[in-house]
Amino acid sequence: MTARTEITRGTAAALDAARAQGRAALVVYLPVGYPDVDGSIAAAQAAVAAGADIVELGLPYSDPGMDGVVIQEAAQAALDGGTRITDVLRAVREVAATGAPTLVMTYYNPVLRYGVARFAADLAAAGGAGLITPDLIPDEAGEWIAAADAHDLDKVFLVAPSSTTERLHLTAAACRGFVYAASTMGVTGTRATVGAKAEGLVAATRAAGGERVCVGLGVSTGEQAAQVAGYADGVIVGSALVRTLIDAGADREAGLAALREKVAELAAGVRAAAPHPAEERRA
Amino acid sequence: MSMEAGSEAARTLREVAGPYFGDFGGRFVPEALIAALDDLSAAWEKAKGDPEFTSRLAALHRDYTGRPSPITEVPQFAAHAGGVRIFLKREDLNHTGSHKINNVLGQALLTQLVGKTRVIAETGAGQHGVATATAAALFGLDCTIYMGEEDTRRQALNVARMRLLGAEVVPVSTGSRTLKDAINEAFRDWVANVETTNYIFGTVAGPHPFPAMVRDLQKIIGEEARGQLLERIGRLPDAAVACVGGGSNAIGLFHAFLDDAEVRLIGCEAAGDGVATGRHAATITAGDPGVLHGAKTMVLQDEDGQTVESHSISAGLDYPGVGPEHSWLASIGRAEYVPVTDAEAMSAFELLCRTEGIIPAIESAHALAGALRLGEELVAGGADPAQTVLLVNLSGRGDKDVSTAAEWFSLVDEDERAGE
Repeated sequence: MTARTEITRGTAAALDAARAQGRAALVVYLPVGYPDVDGSIAAAQAAVAAGADIVELGLPYSDPGMDGVVIQEAAQAALDGGTRITDVLRAVREVAATGAPTLVMTYYNPVLRYGVARFAADLAAAGGAGLITPDLIPDEAGEWIAAADAHDLDKVFLVAPSSTTERLHLTAAACRGFVYAASTMGVTGTRATVGAKAEGLVAATRAAGGERVCVGLGVSTGEQAAQVAGYADGVIVGSALVRTLIDAGADREAGLAALREKVAELAAGVRAAAPHPAEERRA
Repeated sequence: MSMEAGSEAARTLREVAGPYFGDFGGRFVPEALIAALDDLSAAWEKAKGDPEFTSRLAALHRDYTGRPSPITEVPQFAAHAGGVRIFLKREDLNHTGSHKINNVLGQALLTQLVGKTRVIAETGAGQHGVATATAAALFGLDCTIYMGEEDTRRQALNVARMRLLGAEVVPVSTGSRTLKDAINEAFRDWVANVETTNYIFGTVAGPHPFPAMVRDLQKIIGEEARGQLLERIGRLPDAAVACVGGGSNAIGLFHAFLDDAEVRLIGCEAAGDGVATGRHAATITAGDPGVLHGAKTMVLQDEDGQTVESHSISAGLDYPGVGPEHSWLASIGRAEYVPVTDAEAMSAFELLCRTEGIIPAIESAHALAGALRLGEELVAGGADPAQTVLLVNLSGRGDKDVSTAAEWFSLVDEDERAGE
């Protein structure tokens, strides 16, 4: 990877840059505070160096209803270790400095409690790209949308295989940056196969006006990344990366090495995919 | 989102149908659940106006649950409340031993109506789990119950009951290992299996339509009690008192009186070791507005919005959130929410046992303690005891709590037990 020198805050530019190279972007998720705050910052920076295009930093939350066991374990450890919202904002600042657009992924209550407008202002000041909100649908997000718009932050809402056409339109219109397509009906975690409905969901989301669509949930291998990269603008990987850190236990260097290796495998995956229809459409 | 008209359209407090109750309520859930919640809302709106559905439910209430539950005047107990008159609404006499069956039978019928074959539920004390397992057995539905690992230990008897009824009980070992974590796990299951599975939510919390739907299914408590009191004494009570965890028995009692301004509505929250100690579950008393388990409501949380672990001797009240309608009723001053400590509740528990021969659930004992305090306050304030009537919801019976009570009151001789 060539070192980036310019900070590109929004995710759309990074997705478009990847597309211009004839590939999908690799989006990585890592929770702030695992194994500790500095360790999570180092992990995210290592992921960027190993080929990640966009970073999602997880804000650890006590009741992560959409997360599977791996991310839950890391988030709980982060909370037990005393990770605070201010730590997340510091992590954003340091990871965004790599040049990779850096989003925060969070359940809504911590943002609500911090103050929605204050959170948006502080996130923007830290160089953050925006927010992914797994439990905040556009219908309930008026306050966040206004605050995000005031600071030019990305608003990434989710669509699911169960979303109706009406809701795909509503969600696509509310998103800025990209639309997060959940590949399967379920929680985060690695799976043997990526949900069969993901490709159709991406197509339907594009038809509903979603300009950029990234797919998450269940991707853990380079092969799966290549498969998803064949039809999506971005491939989102979380649990498989967190797993490398958990498996390494106290050996931080081994964890970072395993993380780099996994990110490199996934980065190669998104480059191995055949150009997909969206690229031809935009060409 | 296809939501029915909210608070704005309501002419009376009773008519507020969600998804919002004032500033509280809504749907703060993953997009994956929205279609299921929309389907459930539509099915419920249709079912509650469908004579076939309502008559089937009424027949179940009558023939299976044993409704109407009676009201019982408890003068010997009330003598300790300044001598006011106290009537108990006897939800403890329902089949399965609590008010939970009212809600579960309705939601199980609805599960059949929407063509799903599996139900899941969360449970704290186990009463909702037992009721759900019961309805699943009755209707031939597969059933999985999520229960915090800590609660499976505290409520081992109810775990056995659920298993006898054919349900799978899944102990949840994440977080605080109590009710809130069981709810998280049940939501995860629902997201993954929503095509076949209905989530029979146990209280008036959660995303719309659960707060309104569970309220609609529990309002029979207050409606019956209102009619029974009018028939018995020709007037409404001065206050209706109920315990509040998530708040389903309380809203069930309160709802019939919401538009009767002369009836005070009093919710008794679990103050555990005392609100000042931080070891409590008094959500409205000591919480702040937030989002938990799919709704905007009062939440026990720290300054970063992380949920604070609650504490109560009663597993059924050990919950750091509360139904959004309660948050709203508190915010507009229509209902009052008061903290009751473990010690006060256990004292009232013992008093009801000794004076009236009724062993209440420890949850309900919080309401009994609230009534004792209220009676004394009213009389001290000049009220005529003979003309002062309190209605208390005895939401459940105490069988499940006997071992907790035995420990609290040191009724089991450890040497004796060791020698068995």
